[in-house]
Amino acid sequence: MIEQNVQEKQTTIVENHDFEVRSLDAMCVNTSQVEQKWYSNLKYMAVGMIFGILFVKAEIISWFRIQEMFRLESFHMYGVIGSAVAVGMLSVWLIKKFKIKTIDGEPITLQPKKFNKGQIIGGIIFGLGWGMTGACPGPLYAQIGTGATVILITLLSAILGTWVYGFLRDKLPH
Amino acid sequence: MNPLEVLKQPWPWYVAGPLIGLTVPTLLILGNKSFGISSSLRHICAACMPANIPFFKYDWKKEAWNLFFVAGILIGSIIAIVLLPNPEPIKVHENLANDLAKYGITDYSHLVPLQLFNWKALSTWRGFILMVVGGFMVGFGTRYAGGCTSGHSIMGLSNLQLPSLIATISFMVGGFAMVHLILPYILAL
Repeated sequence: MIEQNVQEKQTTIVENHDFEVRSLDAMCVNTSQVEQKWYSNLKYMAVGMIFGILFVKAEIISWFRIQEMFRLESFHMYGVIGSAVAVGMLSVWLIKKFKIKTIDGEPITLQPKKFNKGQIIGGIIFGLGWGMTGACPGPLYAQIGTGATVILITLLSAILGTWVYGFLRDKLPH
Repeated sequence: MNPLEVLKQPWPWYVAGPLIGLTVPTLLILGNKSFGISSSLRHICAACMPANIPFFKYDWKKEAWNLFFVAGILIGSIIAIVLLPNPEPIKVHENLANDLAKYGITDYSHLVPLQLFNWKALSTWRGFILMVVGGFMVGFGTRYAGGCTSGHSIMGLSNLQLPSLIATISFMVGGFAMVHLILPYILAL
């Protein structure tokens, strides 16, 4: 009887699993209800390409720029992040105020983030790594593109780090 | 100066920052996607080696847009370096240049200091720590924190999320501690 209960429970978990698991980190949980062909993803690649050009030309992927930021020797990175956040805030406010829909006519939904200790502990670990590599995850891809091929190793190591987090997740304080 | 020459110069923050900020509404309007890059590392894990770990057991194909996005970043960076190369050496603050010179870093031809980050250096302690340990901490830390500079500092703050502010402050604390307290010892190795 107990066994059966456990089994039933497990089935339920598996059924709801997908959304549950993906929403664990509160990112990328919105699944479109509209059936999309694979090539609809190319528009995101186009946005990514513009982003990559910006990353390189504004020197956001520069190890030197990140050092200057943490040494308070340049306003550049603070200006980039500050103005990006200002424009982002205004955009999100406008989207909410005018209930702007997606190009497919779906409502835009934003997931609230829940506080957990990971944001502090993980945040500090990431910050330490950021100061060493001079790159957060996005710039890692762009640094490889600029010809620093060895950064592929840093990227693989970051993927391994993500995997180890997933492996240890239940044992870590949250 | 002709327009192409201007584009080849480093772009100022007040051009780049607002354009990066516009990524937030662009992704939302294109398909209700929340801006975030570190998730791509997780999707790669889910696609390549889920190993029965619950955290990686989901249909990563539903998040394929994120992988297209980061592939775009890689292509965009190649376009920038091929079509809009900056002929000048990278300008950095004098104090930084003086400090780095003490560790033999004098090459400003590339955005990544190639004297620190190169294939040969991987087998030295300095290179191993900077590239392999550093990369591991970026991947582990961002996922533990639930996002990176894009997901928390830009997307999260744009949506006025307090946890994202806490995460952003923690990123900065870690970065300041590394650059001021620890990195000098690593560079001296």
